[in-house]
Amino acid sequence: MMRFVSGLVGTRPVGIRLAVTGLATAALTLGAAQIVQASEAPNPPADLKAFQAFFKDKFPKLKREDFVNGPYSMDEGLYRQWKEKEEFPPYEFALDKGKELFGKPFRNGKTFADCFPNKGIGIRQNYPYFDEKQGKVVTLELAVNQCLESNGEQPYSYVKDDMAAVTAYMAFTSRGKPFDIKIPNDPRALAAYNNGKRFFYARRGQLNFSCASCHVQSPGERIRAEVLAPALGILNAMPIYRSQWGGMGTISRRFTSCNSQVRSVPLKPQDEEYRDLEYYLSYVSNGLPISGPGARP
Amino acid sequence: MASTIRVRARSSGDTTEVQALIQHPMDSGFVKNSKGQLIPPHFIQEVVFEHGGKKIFVADWGPAVSKDPYLKFAFKGGKKGDDLKISWTDNKGASDQLTAKIQ
Repeated sequence: MMRFVSGLVGTRPVGIRLAVTGLATAALTLGAAQIVQASEAPNPPADLKAFQAFFKDKFPKLKREDFVNGPYSMDEGLYRQWKEKEEFPPYEFALDKGKELFGKPFRNGKTFADCFPNKGIGIRQNYPYFDEKQGKVVTLELAVNQCLESNGEQPYSYVKDDMAAVTAYMAFTSRGKPFDIKIPNDPRALAAYNNGKRFFYARRGQLNFSCASCHVQSPGERIRAEVLAPALGILNAMPIYRSQWGGMGTISRRFTSCNSQVRSVPLKPQDEEYRDLEYYLSYVSNGLPISGPGARP
Repeated sequence: MASTIRVRARSSGDTTEVQALIQHPMDSGFVKNSKGQLIPPHFIQEVVFEHGGKKIFVADWGPAVSKDPYLKFAFKGGKKGDDLKISWTDNKGASDQLTAKIQ
């Protein structure tokens, strides 16, 4: 594990190659093979059980709901800083803006409330869902833009600003509600789930990392000055205010920036593969409470 | 438009703890945008906290202070229900102010 982390900060190509070898060995010894069962038929409930059991074994002291607090539940110093920060959270401005945008009527007089079940309040835990009519995974961010477009408004940028503000407000009204992602009895839904899972474990980029390399094998480890967040519950805190970004970011922003950090070319925000990834990653966090909007270093 | 200032002032014993968050770009003037042009300097120069007509905290800020700055301090003499006035002025002459009650 140490070889993996030190290889990452090394700059010479030799160091990187060594790190990759180290990583492969680590994967075997950690028993991550238990989770990666790509060759077998997709079985989401079994995946969910294995995924959550893996994290429970890895962090026996943590309660299930602690995972939604990401790196803060892995590092005592960070935890104390975060508690202090939550007294005066940096996402407050975005939250207020989101509330304002959410209630503001469109030019045709309708509002976001007309597009969503239960007027858009307390529904974050049901997204993403598989829309059998559209035949694809619909994330909350996609649904927000679909709502804007169907009402003749300009869609938001997927990565920050207004999109982050509106989804922050919608997450805030859903705080504490457990993720409840359903996979309908539709082969297309299962295929989307499986595609997301494949993406999660597939290596990419010049550094040859998969999402799982950092967020399954190494949560709690340092990557330079940062503490890596566990994949379990990672989406529950979205959208987030990242001090590193100096602002709010959505799930789209997190996916694209993660992909560029491993030196691969990121897909377009809300690309089919990213939506499938969000579907998979949300499903395996079923039962964990929504804690967004969050703040991260 | 909502205020650019968020403040929380809590009195306990004889001290009052004040926390404030101000929404401001705080551009230093040394950063370039995606087209390679300099973003002109735009930062808060003075922040003033007043209590009972007296300035209790004055900060002279410059371009080195972060975006959306946060500050925290404590002072003696505040009571629950007292007014606390916060104001800032930036290098372009813009300003904002807010009066909050001490809790």
